[in-house]
Amino acid sequence: MDALTHSGDLVAEALGTTLLIAAISALGALVIGVLVTVARISSVPVLRAIAFCYVQFFLNVPLLALLLLAVFALPDAGLIMPLSTTVIVTLALYEGAYVAEAVRSGVNTVASGEVEAARALGMRFGQVMRKIVVPQALRAVVQPLGNVMIALLMNTALAATVRVVELTSAANRINNVAAQPIVIYAAVGAAYMAMAMCLGLLAGRLEKRVAIVR
Amino acid sequence: MKTLPSHQLAYLYDNPGPLARRRAMVWSIVSVVVIACVAVAGLWQLDESEQLDSDRWTPLLSPDIAEYLFVGLRGTLVAAAVVAAFSLPLGVLLAVARTSHSALVRVPAIIFIELFRTVPVLLLIYVMLFALPTYGINPGVLWKLAIPLVLANSAAIAEIVRAGILSLPRGQTEAGLSLGMRRSQVVRSVVLPQSLRNVTPSLVSQLVSLLKDTSLGYVVAFTELLYRAQVLTSYNRLLIQTYVVVTLVYLIVNGSLSLLAARLRARTDAPVPLPALATTTSAVTPGALAPEGARHG
Repeated sequence: MDALTHSGDLVAEALGTTLLIAAISALGALVIGVLVTVARISSVPVLRAIAFCYVQFFLNVPLLALLLLAVFALPDAGLIMPLSTTVIVTLALYEGAYVAEAVRSGVNTVASGEVEAARALGMRFGQVMRKIVVPQALRAVVQPLGNVMIALLMNTALAATVRVVELTSAANRINNVAAQPIVIYAAVGAAYMAMAMCLGLLAGRLEKRVAIVR
Repeated sequence: MKTLPSHQLAYLYDNPGPLARRRAMVWSIVSVVVIACVAVAGLWQLDESEQLDSDRWTPLLSPDIAEYLFVGLRGTLVAAAVVAAFSLPLGVLLAVARTSHSALVRVPAIIFIELFRTVPVLLLIYVMLFALPTYGINPGVLWKLAIPLVLANSAAIAEIVRAGILSLPRGQTEAGLSLGMRRSQVVRSVVLPQSLRNVTPSLVSQLVSLLKDTSLGYVVAFTELLYRAQVLTSYNRLLIQTYVVVTLVYLIVNGSLSLLAARLRARTDAPVPLPALATTTSAVTPGALAPEGARHG
């Protein structure tokens, strides 16, 4: 435990970086995921096709390949962003596809009568989405979304491969100096588990609160 | 979740009249124009930085480089096969253990699953790379990649299979028991065959995710596609071109697997449970949407 307390500053900063990356890209992924879902069930064939391609692309390409492309390759084309911004954008785009998959399965649980009733009241597509479909779809998939968020948290570790100093790479750095691998990796692993457990509990609570009793 | 064919979403819209058709047309044109603008801007930017010059792309078509990357792809497939071969049985075993009636069996399974579901694979790989060798455990490079992936993926597979087991009507187990079968017999010959068949599409999807995970071979210097690409770029400096090609290869390989999963999913009649969706799907009458879709379609 000595090794960790000695480099307390590094650990705290790295934990902060992990949480920051996770929080911002989670927010981005949620927004992207909902928008992509709406595009996917819209009546505009072109939008549906684009949304489908978006989801398929990110579901089938490894995040690490995208990270390497964004961090090391795109600067060659003059697209240079700060390192952490690049990671956050890539992660948000990637997990957005998973959010879209989850939300779409929620859309399938919205009863058709709801939509028909809304249409009968004269609501337009945007209104039906905003007021009827999206709120209910999201409430139905709190748990799956929680799982996506846990996966996102796990995936922030990949930022270590592109030299962001987050929790996983901090573990490495401390180990290089202190050479107490088991203690250090176990502690960092426990930190990830604790964060994931918090997310899981949060999702469970939220679900109880918002779940639609049918 | 079962993919609804688009006509089953028909309840979202009326049969389009002239106004709706015109509106859809307008939006189609607008989105095409926007996409075209973005694409042109991107290509223009690439062209400005001379990334589109043909002498930066043709090297990747040369037989030598194609073969070099192909060996990488073979490594990716081998690693994925090894990981799948170990994590599928282990995952099924864990799922059965987690649904067991004996706490002595159930609790270790829960701990295993929750541990490897919530610790990043990269951290496990670092343990293989930096922690275990100091204790004299130093497996080959394939295993440094495969063992962490087996641990993580068997936990994920266990959750998929468990969802399948839980979604099976309880009467199946009860019928088996009342026929005088032992619990292990019921699991082996009644519960598992049905639940495994029900979750096959999800298992194929997990294969995609597993295959994507093998790209972590990049970290352990295992000869797989992404690692080879990285070595290649350090020689030819064609970063964008090489990574774009590699991305496309992943897209083709995984895309065909995903297509297979979608096919399988469409074939199964019952809605397929996702791990955490078990509660939501059971809350909805199965197939509640189907009659609606049939009416409109």
